Amino acid sequence: MGEVNTFIQSIPLDYFVILSSVLFCLGVMGVLLRKNAIVILGCVELMLNSVNLLLAAFSAYKGNGDGQLLVFFIMVVAAAEVAVGLAIIAMLYRNTRSVDVSIFNKLRG
Amino acid sequence: MDQFLFFLVAFLAVASAVYFVFAKNPLYAILSLIVTMFSIAGMYILLNAQFLAIIQIIVYAGAIMVLFLYILMMLNLNKEDESKKNNTLKFVGVFTAGILLVGILGVFRGVRENHIVVENVDRGIGLTKNLGRLLFNEYVLPFELASILILAGIVGAVLIGKKDL
Repeated sequence: MGEVNTFIQSIPLDYFVILSSVLFCLGVMGVLLRKNAIVILGCVELMLNSVNLLLAAFSAYKGNGDGQLLVFFIMVVAAAEVAVGLAIIAMLYRNTRSVDVSIFNKLRG
Repeated sequence: MDQFLFFLVAFLAVASAVYFVFAKNPLYAILSLIVTMFSIAGMYILLNAQFLAIIQIIVYAGAIMVLFLYILMMLNLNKEDESKKNNTLKFVGVFTAGILLVGILGVFRGVRENHIVVENVDRGIGLTKNLGRLLFNEYVLPFELASILILAGIVGAVLIGKKDL
């Protein structure tokens, strides 16, 4: 097949592992540091994306398509999750006029 | 040349992710997250996963990020809206993430020796034709269940977003 590039033969798999680890830890750091609920949801998206990248890399290097289909299903779930999560954030903003997670302690006991 | 391309895209992804985590203004943070999504789409193209690259651009960079921006602009947040965390908590957050990174990289360093040989690159496993064949042969049931999940998500978002339940 002529249209497939042979790029991945010159890159070790370790590079993709390191890159996705760095992205995942940046997402964890964002969840721990930030207080804006929208940004925290974005950090969860970043973590999902790093795992997607790792799955696609392993799938491409092993020549097996199952990992890439798993990435596809993760994207579907992420889309549904973001729709519901942003609706929840909008509802919280309507009730409290803020998206700061440090004042969302209304469920506490 | 190939390695240069990889490092360029990887640097773009990491730099925009760092800016996303540390930016004060949430609008700029989300815009920088869009750059991260696009660079991950570039990574998919480099990995011969063209289908995933297109889906990444359409779903993540297109739909999800636009939804984020829409909500962010609708809520009309001020920059000083974000309350300050004290320095101890900030230090603990950065320290924990750093330790996690060191741990993950250390775990993967142990398996560094067994290189995975790149095989079957000529079959083009990430092309839409092959993935579609796989999807509608072995993964039909999860595909249909995903449609039910999306439907439930739509109904849930509408119900939560309504003014009076």
